[in-house]
Amino acid sequence: MSSRPGGSQWSGPVLWAVRVLLACFFAFPIVFMLVSSLKPDDQIFADLSSVAAFLPTGSISLDNYRSVFETVPAGRFLLNSIVLSFLTVVLGVVVNSLAAFALSRLRWRESGLVLSAVIATLAVPFETFALPLLWWVNKLPWLVLQDGVPVWTFGWLDTYRVQIIPFIANAFSIYLYYSAFQSIPKELDEAARVDGASWWRIYRQVVMPLSGPATATVAILTFLPAWNQYLWPLMVVQSEELRPVMVGVSYFFQLNVEWGPMMAYASLITLPVLALFLAFQRAFIGSIASTGVKG
Amino acid sequence: MNVPVVQGATGQGRRGRSGRIGRSGRSGRSTEGWAGRVMAAPAVLLLVVFFLVPVVLCFVLAFTNARLVSPEPSTLIGLANFERLLHDPLFWQSLRNTFYFAVVVVPVQSALALVLALLVNGSSRGTNVFRTLYFIPVVTSIVVVSILWKFMYQQNGLVNHLLQAVSFNTIQGADWLANPSTAMPAIIAMSVWQAVGFHMVIWLSGLQTIPGELYEAAELDGTTPWQRFWHVTWPGLRNTRTFILVTITIAALSLFAQINVMTSGGPLGSTSTVVYQAVRVGFQQQETGYASAISLVFFALVLTISLVQRFLTRDKD
Repeated sequence: MSSRPGGSQWSGPVLWAVRVLLACFFAFPIVFMLVSSLKPDDQIFADLSSVAAFLPTGSISLDNYRSVFETVPAGRFLLNSIVLSFLTVVLGVVVNSLAAFALSRLRWRESGLVLSAVIATLAVPFETFALPLLWWVNKLPWLVLQDGVPVWTFGWLDTYRVQIIPFIANAFSIYLYYSAFQSIPKELDEAARVDGASWWRIYRQVVMPLSGPATATVAILTFLPAWNQYLWPLMVVQSEELRPVMVGVSYFFQLNVEWGPMMAYASLITLPVLALFLAFQRAFIGSIASTGVKG
Repeated sequence: MNVPVVQGATGQGRRGRSGRIGRSGRSGRSTEGWAGRVMAAPAVLLLVVFFLVPVVLCFVLAFTNARLVSPEPSTLIGLANFERLLHDPLFWQSLRNTFYFAVVVVPVQSALALVLALLVNGSSRGTNVFRTLYFIPVVTSIVVVSILWKFMYQQNGLVNHLLQAVSFNTIQGADWLANPSTAMPAIIAMSVWQAVGFHMVIWLSGLQTIPGELYEAAELDGTTPWQRFWHVTWPGLRNTRTFILVTITIAALSLFAQINVMTSGGPLGSTSTVVYQAVRVGFQQQETGYASAISLVFFALVLTISLVQRFLTRDKD
């Protein structure tokens, strides 16, 4: 595009060389990881001093992946992460869009207060209250059925719910939905109201279907941190069968396995996200760009 | 499936407006009020329980001797946690390390991200491919990146081999993470590598808000690309700049995963950070009270710095 800075100057061969060099700089560790995951340890080290480090040459096999599944409950970790991030995304989309709908469309006395409170929370990083939250969830009650009788239990540590419920409501998702809903003409729901539609129906059949891009953005921005969760599950989950993929890496420190299987595990937990990214890269990059829209 | 509704809206717009007037009676308004409260309730409740309460708890617990798991109830101990903080050499070292990391990462990462954004700005197929490539580390988990680079940073690892190859054997690399003077720079380089694509995208969205006519007009005036950058691009990115500064700073101050995976704060405490120390104290040593005091200091730090940055980069008109 000639209207952008420089136009012709920026498309010179020097700039193409710079772009390619930078592409190598950003891609080489990932290529190295994927390639090494296919090689036995002695070959990984032998290949380091040549281009072979980045090429799938020599004795290539899936042995490292096999050994990962034999020594580590990797399948379980993957399943946990898929379930946890799926539930967080789905519940997050529903809960946050409902709240945004109420804030954008309905008149109720406390809505102004809630909206400004939601915006204020955007500035506080999770790390500032993670440790008080840890103490707090260890005190929270939960209702369970014992022989058909509901009984209160206390402490949420070492459960699935402690990895999902605190991350459902998200101020930024509410804010994104709120901005999207504000741009949908209010005449649409007024007309639907006259036709006798309930607010719930207007939310489901008018506003939400027109907010596909916002839902994609919220889904991506919820999915990435949910899949990458590390600090929180590290603290709240002890049991092996509840662990998500990122905490699973600690296995490799304890068992002192070789680098080949470690690269295989690293590739295994990266490839699903990488595949999603390459398939929907426009939506991914668009969703990150939307975080820059100032609140 | 929303098409009939849209048609209905245009066809019955007038009726809709009169309908609203008719509904302004008490019963219509109060159903709307209750519908709003009910729909917002799940999110509000969750934000109160998992955001507001822990933030308030942070302020309260910092003045107690609360432990994560304890048979005895916690008691107020005044400022004892903060006194202990003042005399904790590891806290001061962690604070210094955190600042060191932020002071290097903030300018380097934001500048490099801007360079990348300028390089791939535009809509040709080629630039789109590069944008995707530069963004790949961002979708790779920082935990995976940390394991991978830990492997590459070994004495006989890939980084040293590459350095030798590029410098024709004149540079002999270090055992990066085992040396107190190179561990933090190594983590800085890796962290910038991982996150710079994120801010490239933010810069790009800022660049796209600058009207093309401004560049055309500047070009007609016979300006150099450098002049156009300083007089058109840079002023046009003012809001983006504030946002990038604030987000990179907060992310840099929150440094944790890299440390936990790669160095555990070592060697000799040279990579311990405030959040890393808070987790060690509050989780491993189960001292919630002391960890809350550390978190509170961290909170104050984040708040002060983002307020100062907003003030320095405010609209001067």
